[in-house]
Amino acid sequence: MTITRSEELTITTKELLMCLHKMAEVLEANREYLTSLDAAIGDADHGINMDRGFKAVLAKLPSVEDKDAGTILKTVGVALVSTVGGAGGPLYGTAFMQAGMAVAGKYELEPQDVLAALDAALKGVVMRGKANLGDKTMVDALTPAVNALRRALENGSGLTEALEQAAAAAEQGMKDTIPMLAKKGRASYLGERSIGHQDPGATSSYLLIRVMADVARELQTQQEP
Amino acid sequence: MKKLINRPADVVKEELEGIALAYPGLVKVHFEPNFIYRADAPIPGKVAVISGGGSGHEPMHGGFVGVGMLDAACPGEVFTSPTPDQMLEAAKMVHGGAGVLYIVKNYTGDVMNFEMAADMARAEGIRVLNILIDDDVAVKDSLYTAGRRGTGTTVLAEKICGAAAERGYDLKRVADLCRRVNINGRSMGMALTPCTVPMAGKPTFELAEDEMEVGIGIHGEPGRERMKLKTADEITEMLALAIIEDPPYRRTVREWDEEKAEWVEVELEDPPFRPGDPVLAFVNSMGGTPDIELPIVYRKLHEICTKKGLKIVRNLIGRYITSLEMQGVSITLLRMDDEMIDLWDAPVKTPGLRWGM
Repeated sequence: MTITRSEELTITTKELLMCLHKMAEVLEANREYLTSLDAAIGDADHGINMDRGFKAVLAKLPSVEDKDAGTILKTVGVALVSTVGGAGGPLYGTAFMQAGMAVAGKYELEPQDVLAALDAALKGVVMRGKANLGDKTMVDALTPAVNALRRALENGSGLTEALEQAAAAAEQGMKDTIPMLAKKGRASYLGERSIGHQDPGATSSYLLIRVMADVARELQTQQEP
Repeated sequence: MKKLINRPADVVKEELEGIALAYPGLVKVHFEPNFIYRADAPIPGKVAVISGGGSGHEPMHGGFVGVGMLDAACPGEVFTSPTPDQMLEAAKMVHGGAGVLYIVKNYTGDVMNFEMAADMARAEGIRVLNILIDDDVAVKDSLYTAGRRGTGTTVLAEKICGAAAERGYDLKRVADLCRRVNINGRSMGMALTPCTVPMAGKPTFELAEDEMEVGIGIHGEPGRERMKLKTADEITEMLALAIIEDPPYRRTVREWDEEKAEWVEVELEDPPFRPGDPVLAFVNSMGGTPDIELPIVYRKLHEICTKKGLKIVRNLIGRYITSLEMQGVSITLLRMDDEMIDLWDAPVKTPGLRWGM
């Protein structure tokens, strides 16, 4: 991390790799939790699938560690698509691939690049899964997160603060899925019975955004005297 | 959890290793990415019919690879869709220059993964069409759900389309036939007991000793109603009437338009059954229900079809599309025409279905 202007940090590819490692750790730690959420309204494999996918990501990262952020993120996407399966594979895979395309060729990510990557990720998820806000899916956590990130950056917040707001918005979005009636995926077959359960996809999306905010804060703290 | 397995994580891999050893003249197995394919593939000039889905539904799909049925099957983890790299590599391995039909059960994950695979295969110059199977009448509408799930009709579509491809139908004709089989087939299932995904280690849902779930999906998705256990006759009647009296079912599905070279929304409608319709009656064990109970269901199904004026011209009774060790049954009725009957009767030689050769 380098401090350019007042508090404005950029993310190097090394830090991006660190963030991806942390995502894998968090998904492993939440494997049972995500699977139990999925057991309530889906098919009880979301935590297992995401953990398997990010373990495959970790295996692939050494081959691209000196590449640009776009290549790294695209590699993550391809690894997820080919190992996660279910709906999570194409959705998270597309998200990372689209994010990678948004920052192709870059070795340092400015706050606007982080926003562009997350925005592209969300658009990719919507394109692939055709879900709308309120359908009780990943989109319900990602949409408020991207909106909060954009708003915070527009209001002059630094990346750390903006990502913190994005994580808070994602968490709220995740919780907001509890009273929703599922309209997409396997949960939709429950109809009314899907009400009262938190969506596992929205939960994993929140966890990943949370990691981004935590990593940014950690980098910031390290840099401060 | 009591299962004949070594390590939960090795279940699919070791199953595939066993299949490769058991049927060497018939099928081969490719690992990483995993798929089962015809030993004599590719067959030049023949449309390749490929399917796939989560494991745990055996013999579907891997058991239906062979002469007169599937050219390849892509197994995912248990109850988890396979991934596009499997479907792409399978297509590259078995296509004989006449294109590939992906037969896809309508589950969100399967649909997305097969769409990505089709895009990737086309980028490599292989003609691919995807046809969805969505026949489970337990799901009433498609407005607030991901639509009807793909169940028993899948097995029948794989047999009929496999025979058509074997006979030299071109890709468009095999795809049109597959769509026709789908809109004429309806299914519904029920569970007496839940099942346990090896990696999860505990049952996917709970049912009391005196309860059953009517309208269950093949991954233990809940159905229309949980109720007190009834007799075989009463259960058969519930399933059969839900199928026979199902009104026209309308929905839009996404298919690839070769002329426009893009995915388009296609409106489909399943016509309801009418007296006089010739049907194939398919009674299927969910895995744990023994053969002794299936004829009891068929007996009642036959009586109901007769009473409703449906003429059973063919049947299939056994364990073909399962949910691991779940006890329960599903019924599928497929309205047949002469072409479908002819293709149904055509020789088939696969580990899971074999006649005429």
